[in-house]
Amino acid sequence: MSELNKLTLADARDKLRAGDVTSVELTESCLKAIDKAGALNAFVHKTPEIALEQAKAADVRIKAGDAPAMCGLPVGIKDLFCTKGVPSQAASAILEGFKPEYESTITSKLFDAGSVMLGKLNMDEFAMGSSNETSVYGNAVNPWRREGSDADLTPGGSSGGSASAVAADLCLAATGTDTGGSIRQPAAFTGTVGIKPTYGRCSRWGVVAFASSLDQAGPMTKSVRDAAIMLEAMCGHDEKDSTSADLAVPNFEAMLTGDIKGKKIGIPKEYRMDGMPAEIEKLWENGQAMLKDAGAEIVDISLPHTKYALPAYYVIAPAEASSNLARYDGVRFGHRATLDAGDGITEMYEKSRAEGFGHEVQRRVMVGTYVLSAGFYDAYYNRARRVRALIKKDFDDVFAAGVDAILTPATPSAAFGLGEMTDADPVQMYLNDVFTVTVNLAGLPGISVPTGVDAQGLPLGLQLIGRPWEEGDLLNTAYALEGAAGFVAKPGQWW
Amino acid sequence: MSIDTKTAAKVAKLARIKVEDEALPALANEFNTILGFIEQLNEVDVEGVEPMTSVTPMRLKRRVDVVTDGGQQDKVLKNAPDAREGFFAVPKVVE
Repeated sequence: MSELNKLTLADARDKLRAGDVTSVELTESCLKAIDKAGALNAFVHKTPEIALEQAKAADVRIKAGDAPAMCGLPVGIKDLFCTKGVPSQAASAILEGFKPEYESTITSKLFDAGSVMLGKLNMDEFAMGSSNETSVYGNAVNPWRREGSDADLTPGGSSGGSASAVAADLCLAATGTDTGGSIRQPAAFTGTVGIKPTYGRCSRWGVVAFASSLDQAGPMTKSVRDAAIMLEAMCGHDEKDSTSADLAVPNFEAMLTGDIKGKKIGIPKEYRMDGMPAEIEKLWENGQAMLKDAGAEIVDISLPHTKYALPAYYVIAPAEASSNLARYDGVRFGHRATLDAGDGITEMYEKSRAEGFGHEVQRRVMVGTYVLSAGFYDAYYNRARRVRALIKKDFDDVFAAGVDAILTPATPSAAFGLGEMTDADPVQMYLNDVFTVTVNLAGLPGISVPTGVDAQGLPLGLQLIGRPWEEGDLLNTAYALEGAAGFVAKPGQWW
Repeated sequence: MSIDTKTAAKVAKLARIKVEDEALPALANEFNTILGFIEQLNEVDVEGVEPMTSVTPMRLKRRVDVVTDGGQQDKVLKNAPDAREGFFAVPKVVE
């Protein structure tokens, strides 16, 4: 059987259970696809030996009838997740050679469920970026290209390697993480599905920290059904993460009925930005029509503080990053600079961090240091946290008024060219997250669903935002949208 | 609020990141762009609003204050750039 790597999680699971394929066959098919896809630079640490060993063990379990949903399914793991004995670098030079002595909770859960790890995936350094261009491994490349062009495009970021790998069928699905849009924006840029669950759904233990009050992991998949299957395997309470929610994890897949009759879908007027491309506007209108046709009620809503989400984010996220990244000191793990005679411990810190952190990471750490420094803490950091409270209240009010989900564009444009933003100032790049960052600030679940292509044939996505802890309902609305949009385009294979 | 090279140097020092003198003007410039963007927050009326500490209204879990882990010195030191005799080694700190 050929091209097993192109299966969805759901189809592969069903075939495994029916005995039509083995996990070893699925895994070998993916490993072969990965070896041919060097040009995408998605997998940066391959783990074929681990994969085949896990696949063999999974086949035994499946035969014995002990097969959880993810059993035997080959996936890719973002480099931000600590995986025991396997390089886990967060795409940073400062963690070169770092091999954790422990396993992150999420990868543990996936492995306990029988999942197969194909390797580690490219990303922006410490998840700071929207184009995968800040990675120490070099750019990950989008398998999609503009019609009639062979220019390399960004797969988005920070989970760019995950998005590229899933879109190019190098794995059946991948883990991602999302601090300001890092799952949903790359998913939109690559015609894949990505969900960031409610803050607290997925344990952050063993995931290299960027901004702890915003970071959440989630699955990146080929379909909404797959997102439901994989999310369920990733979620759950974890004593090792004090912010992990002690709530039962529902069977998300069972909630995919496609019936959204009577659901109230909010359309926030503040997301209609000046200068929004006409095709994004059209995509959004089409999405509204699809949900309406499916029986949902479309209502206009207002989220008045939307405009202030990005500026608040660019205070809070760097502040938390400056604190989290203080641990990279050249003492306990990671890179230590070669010191000159007479250099003391301060020079060791300063040189190690200057050599180990890339430019964007240095910039964010220093911005964070500044907004937390004496004299500015109130003016910047505390003000941003107050604005964050108002942003969350905007959503609380809308949900209290009976809205079930909110529909917005996922990104302000389709994937752009690698290198195209090099000369832009940092704020231009930050604007990529304008539609997604509010969701992190409010701790809500959000999902990106591919619903169309632009004039150049590139995929575009819409975002649905749900009520806290109601990922099941959100996934069902996304399932209805996915079904109505019928997005089936795949990138032509050039790599 | 404008950041000059002197402030940029101070921030780099606080962040323990070595920045060469010739790179300071460009860094100050980038800070100013980002801080200019952040200034928008001053338009918001935040009177009487508490700064958010937790995005979900939950009480952090507590556990019994007992040792749950330990005895893995070799694992802890495994990734250290310089470990000697069971310790992390650093340049001389105390004269």
